[in-house]
Amino acid sequence: MSKKMICTGNRAVCYGAIDAGCRHFFGYPITPQNDIPEYMAAELPKLGGIYKQTESEISSINMVYGAVAAGVRAMTSTSSPGFSLMQEGVSGIAAAELPAVLVDVQRGGPGLGTTQTAQMDYFQAVKGGGHGGYNQIVLAPHSVQETYDLVQTAFHLADTYMIMVIILMDAILGQMVEQIKREPLDLGPVPEKDWALKGKGAKGGQRNVFSTMLLFPGQYLPYQTRIQEKYQKIKEQEVRWEAAFSDDAETLLVSYGSTARVSLEAVSRARKENKKWGLFRPITLWPFPEEALKKTARGARVVVVEDSMGQMIEDVRLAIGDRLPLHFVGTLMRHQSGSGGMIFPERVYEEVCQWT
Amino acid sequence: MDVNREVQEKLVGFQPKLIVNQPGHYCPGCQYGVLTRLLAEVIEELGIEGDIIGVSAVGCSIFIHSYLDIDFIDALHGRAPEVASGVKAANFGKKIVFTLQGDGDLAAIGMGDLINAMARGEHLTTIFLNNANYGTTGGQMAPTTLIGQKSTTTPHGRRDDVEGYPIHVAELVTSLQNVVYSARCAMNTVKNVNQTKKALAKAMRIQMQGLGYGFVEVLSACPSGWKMSPMDSLEWIEEKMIAEYPLGVFKDETDEAAEL
Ligand SMILES: Cc1ncc(C[n+]2csc(CCOP(=O)(O)OP(=O)(O)O)c2C)c(N)n1
Ligand code: SF4
Ligand SMILES: [Mg+2]
Repeated sequence: MSKKMICTGNRAVCYGAIDAGCRHFFGYPITPQNDIPEYMAAELPKLGGIYKQTESEISSINMVYGAVAAGVRAMTSTSSPGFSLMQEGVSGIAAAELPAVLVDVQRGGPGLGTTQTAQMDYFQAVKGGGHGGYNQIVLAPHSVQETYDLVQTAFHLADTYMIMVIILMDAILGQMVEQIKREPLDLGPVPEKDWALKGKGAKGGQRNVFSTMLLFPGQYLPYQTRIQEKYQKIKEQEVRWEAAFSDDAETLLVSYGSTARVSLEAVSRARKENKKWGLFRPITLWPFPEEALKKTARGARVVVVEDSMGQMIEDVRLAIGDRLPLHFVGTLMRHQSGSGGMIFPERVYEEVCQWT
Repeated sequence: MDVNREVQEKLVGFQPKLIVNQPGHYCPGCQYGVLTRLLAEVIEELGIEGDIIGVSAVGCSIFIHSYLDIDFIDALHGRAPEVASGVKAANFGKKIVFTLQGDGDLAAIGMGDLINAMARGEHLTTIFLNNANYGTTGGQMAPTTLIGQKSTTTPHGRRDDVEGYPIHVAELVTSLQNVVYSARCAMNTVKNVNQTKKALAKAMRIQMQGLGYGFVEVLSACPSGWKMSPMDSLEWIEEKMIAEYPLGVFKDETDEAAEL
């Protein structure tokens, strides 16, 4: 199957999930991601799948926990306030080392904030918004096509490493319409799920148990050691990023998600005026492409463009060290003061010009 | 046959196959052990050990998987009904899934979760162990704590004008259409233990037949939380707890309604 079509980023989430074999979706309404659960509610039953509307995001994430423990590909989607509510469950899934996929279509915060675009959940997604020091893979698409592809990749990575994968989007990416080629990715085999909860009759009388309370003697440090080794392996093998015009860049913009599109336009304009600007776009926000960024930045002046008050900039600083100049273009550079404000390429261009 | 087993057989007749023979973590006089055994017997007698998945809750039920040899998963505090819903959905409704939850877990932090699972039309079984306090955390007031009952957070006894009234879950859930069966039992006498076993079996059968949600509340001694001897605890159940929480079947929409 390969079909060209036009769709929104939110719809691409659904296509990616369905093409990855996800047949279980648990959702709760929140703007700007409502079209994801709505589509899944309509489509999954036709495919023999199950959609459940939950009573809260707490409920959604815990249904995901139960469903993935029983061995199916399952997911939920939400936006920022709902993402907050899910955090205890996210930490629980990390503890159980279960493969799950969660889409956060970010909106402005804190609190109820806005229903429109922002990139303010970076810390929560990347550093682990729940308790207890765990990691999860965070993928940040910047186009509708990449959203479709990365959702499939997310299920594959989740099953491969037994880990939660977050797709960190934003309202612009969720709502914008682009052409995609709907061609399911062949990502290769994943380990068999012989640990799934199907009743012990399904395993010849041998039972499966998920127990995340580690109170017995000698349990805790071996567990911590094992998950740290897993995180290390992911850091070594799964870093993804992209760069444009970076070879000779004297000024390097660093952006993810829809803001990376804005930055790329600013860079293109600069190039037309013979300014040596480039773009570095992390695709995995965890593991963060620190080595690649360090190498790409070399001696350049670095500017982080993100629609927040400054979150990813901390990882950028850690990556490039303290010798290179680092600037920030964020939410205060939006084109208007209401909730619908956005950071436009012209503004990014002007801001960066004052430092170059 | 090892000596322990021989002694046990003399004392209690037989040991269900599903009971894992190992030292327990329950306090002396705790009745989680009795409930665990009843569950083992019921699951064996119904012949569903290969098709059942248990969801344990934050509370003293959390390690029940150590003693009951079936598939298990533990849930975060109050969330067992959704975890069970997820497990059930992932098995496309074909397996038997039950939750075992304490009164803090089910009636405080998880009350909304339970009611919504019932309202959503889930076919699950919930076993609700009511010991009138938060046992695990050291005996704090729970929504089920009796008026006048001392707990670590009601040191002079629970007062209705300050802390409100005890909550009666077995009665409360009867208003939900999907709840086919709701009963309250106790384990303080042999007769009550036998009734509890019947109720557990029935709540499981309802799910096996795809009729709806089965709910069993079980009054249970927590000598450590109550700061009483095991024997006094049983008496306290008889005199105080059953007076507040009458035993019986509050809803039964099965054909065998007269059975219990
Ligand atoms: C979110 C959260 N809050 C609090 C706790 C602490 N906690 C552990 S057990 C428990 C009480 C459980 O009481 P109950 O459900 O009555 O079970 P019992 O121990 O009496 O069987 C609490 C509050 C927790 N684990 N998670
Ligand atoms: S604290 Fe209470 S409920 Fe928990 S094991 Fe001890 S007696 Fe049983
Ligand atoms: Mg209790």
